[in-house]
Amino acid sequence: MWQKLKSKITGMTIVMWTIGIVTLALVVYGSAVTLISGKYTLKQWIDFLIFGLAQGGIYALIALGYTQVYGVLKMINFAHSEVFMSGPMIGYFVATDLYHFNYIDTHPYLSILIVLIVAMFVSMSVAVILERIAYRPLRNAPRLVPLITAIGASFFLQYFFKGLFGSNIKVYPDWKVFLGKWVVFGQPILKIQIIVFFAAVLLMAGLFSFMQRTKTGKAIRAVSEDKDAAALMGIDVDSTISFSFALGGMMAGAGGVFYALMYKQVFFLMGFVPGIKAFTAAVLGGIGNVPGAMLGGLFLGLFEAIGPNLFLDGLGIPSPYQLKDVIAFSVLVLVLIFRPTGILGERLAKRA
Amino acid sequence: MENRHFWQSEVMNFGWLAGILVVLLALVGMVVSFSQRGFISGVMSEGQLLIFLTVALIGFVAGKKMERQSVLKVALWGGIIGFVAGLSLIVLVLLTGIKPLNLRSMFLNASPQLVKVLTFGKGQGAGFLYLLLLNILSGIFGGLAAVIPGIWGSGLANSALITILIGLLTDIWKTFLPRGVAKFFFANKGFNVTGFLITFFFILAFLLFWSLYGARIKVSYGNVASRQPKKVKITWWVISLVVLLLLPRLVGSYLSEVLDLVGIYIIMGLGLNIVVGFAGLLDLGYVAFFAIGAYTMGVFTSPELGLFHLTFWETLPLSILFAVLAGVLLGIPVLGMRGDYLAIVTMGFGEIIRLLVLSDALKPILGGAQGLVGIARPTVGHIVVKNPPQFYYLILAGIFIAWYVASALKDSKLGRAWMALREDEDVAQAMGINLVSIKLLAFATGAALSGLSGAIFAAKLNSMVPHSFTILISIYVLSLIIVGGVGSLPGVVVGALALIGTPELLREFAEYRMMIYGAVLVGMMLYKPEGLWPEPARRRELHGEEGKSAVTASTAPVQMSEEA
Repeated sequence: MWQKLKSKITGMTIVMWTIGIVTLALVVYGSAVTLISGKYTLKQWIDFLIFGLAQGGIYALIALGYTQVYGVLKMINFAHSEVFMSGPMIGYFVATDLYHFNYIDTHPYLSILIVLIVAMFVSMSVAVILERIAYRPLRNAPRLVPLITAIGASFFLQYFFKGLFGSNIKVYPDWKVFLGKWVVFGQPILKIQIIVFFAAVLLMAGLFSFMQRTKTGKAIRAVSEDKDAAALMGIDVDSTISFSFALGGMMAGAGGVFYALMYKQVFFLMGFVPGIKAFTAAVLGGIGNVPGAMLGGLFLGLFEAIGPNLFLDGLGIPSPYQLKDVIAFSVLVLVLIFRPTGILGERLAKRA
Repeated sequence: MENRHFWQSEVMNFGWLAGILVVLLALVGMVVSFSQRGFISGVMSEGQLLIFLTVALIGFVAGKKMERQSVLKVALWGGIIGFVAGLSLIVLVLLTGIKPLNLRSMFLNASPQLVKVLTFGKGQGAGFLYLLLLNILSGIFGGLAAVIPGIWGSGLANSALITILIGLLTDIWKTFLPRGVAKFFFANKGFNVTGFLITFFFILAFLLFWSLYGARIKVSYGNVASRQPKKVKITWWVISLVVLLLLPRLVGSYLSEVLDLVGIYIIMGLGLNIVVGFAGLLDLGYVAFFAIGAYTMGVFTSPELGLFHLTFWETLPLSILFAVLAGVLLGIPVLGMRGDYLAIVTMGFGEIIRLLVLSDALKPILGGAQGLVGIARPTVGHIVVKNPPQFYYLILAGIFIAWYVASALKDSKLGRAWMALREDEDVAQAMGINLVSIKLLAFATGAALSGLSGAIFAAKLNSMVPHSFTILISIYVLSLIIVGGVGSLPGVVVGALALIGTPELLREFAEYRMMIYGAVLVGMMLYKPEGLWPEPARRRELHGEEGKSAVTASTAPVQMSEEA
């Protein structure tokens, strides 16, 4: 029977490898054409690179939430993109109030801290409530059931926020200290991008050491390894799962504020695309794996910032920037086909 | 209640829940936008009804929870719940009145209009009293409906619900009924008082009658049916066919338009039902095939692009063919993926298709962001199908084809193979089922029906823009098959009528449709995962052996992934 199976699979594998090789060839060819034509200067490439890193930091922060939840529940929290959206959405109202009292200009660092804390708290609460209401009762249900619940919750939250706060795009106030550029090695770089990148790295480092050093972190890792065994060892599985939702929510809330600072705007649908991309990042790094999510996020951010100009341009495609999201989705599909384990993860994507 | 404070007791939990819910309903804007339409003219608007219905519902749930208590106590509980809910709303109104707080700068809907709706336009004194009183009454009503034994309790609840349903669809009855009758029952917006009372008590009386004599009628019908089963079945078929054929005549042009839309979704739903319901593959990029069907129709017939000049009937097979090809193409890379990955990858695929259509890169072939105009109308003989009642017949034909395909497949060998795949992929494979081919076949048939639906959609609109093909369409279709019952064919029709038809008839509902769909998806999964019109096998699976399936669902995949 294995023989028979193998003979069946080979046809499929050939098709898949053809897709892969064609894609690779196109990417290489496009990149070569762009690089030889010298359309972009080195300065521009560095700009793209820094932007990619900042963007990637945000993706990584969101991806951590997917990975955390996947680790403990083995399910994809579809509504995580809305957890990401809710923080900066409420944070916006705090920020505008601070702005009206002129507090942002007088105490910029304290005020960003306040906004950050509020956003992280809101996202955390949404994540925890979501788990409590929508996921916990279904923990032993057939696979498709919690997944559909998650999709429902995701759309509910989007339009619930739309109903509460309106569908208009809300513009974050400016932090004057974050405007402008720094010159690093003779290269002017946008301040906000560097700040976002380093803040994201800092948060991730904090989370990583939390997971490694504290008792709760250890409990989360134990629950992801084996729920029943963890329960036997005296770990409160329910509260540990809640806690990992909370952690993921906090990271997403922080990522949301960074996103709002970089793009200056929030609205109720803002979570959708970053959500899918962060998921891609989590898969890219190996889902269920915390350092993997960080790495995957940065990788995807870079890929997306450089990709359109690097190889789509070279292929002669007009306005390649429109297809930025297509690249991210294609990365997701390709990774799942050729390396479902991701960069660092175990083989989980297949049902096996 | 012994050692806990009263405010933490169970009844207060329900009370807080009711309070939070009604305040959120108000803040989300549903109360105001629903109150544009009256329920009982001059007495209560739909927005106010929404509040009282919520309170009654919570009262009902609370009452169900304490079924063995005395009726008086339940009534008291219901009253407390209503009181808390009413009080929360009053606090909300008072808060909106505080100027420096400026609640409205955050919550868009904390408007003077909301205050007016909540206080019945009577100002803060009498309005508050009114609000509180009605809330208490609804809480008591809900509680009593839950505990009064026998027909009276359920009869009260059911007749209230049916009356509300009738009241919501006032506009439809007005088109049917003779003017005099309509005027007797309905005011300009909603019921008038006599109409409401008569309808409510008539339905209550009917339900009582049915509870007394219903069993006897059922038995006598059963006797007839068992004596001549074929004849009875044929009679039903003929009656429903005649009704279906005459429907656009009966309901007029506007409702035909609604029916057309419902029909288009039924075709899509039947298709997605094959993928999700039969084979258990959660496909969120289903809109992609719809878009491909529609765009094939557009590109091959639109004179604007001038690439091809085919007719509707020549393009229809192409639409289906391209959709099938896309289905297989999408199917190949996701063959080995597990449920949740499949969902997110297909969602990404749907987005890719939309982005490609929108992009400048493909504008010369697909029309870019402006879309396409002048798509061919189908012709039958010399008749050009163009108005909604005419399209109704075309769509009906499409539904029959889709229904036939789905029901034939369901009982075929392939259908059983899909079912095995849905239940357990590994076991299915071990039984000698070729997973690759049946998965691809599921994607292909689903895509074919979606393509068919898309082609009709394009021809019906005569023009289209890429924005018609967002992920929301996929979610609509998914919601409707889940509400109807996953895997059930009549369920698709029920779901489409409920989820696609209702928002078209109640325009103020449409604004909140995604929020409601989301809540419905969550609620259905939590409380009624088998849907409104479930497939028998599915019901057994979800309710029969809960313990057993729970074990396999939670532990099996983990163990197996380690072996691989």
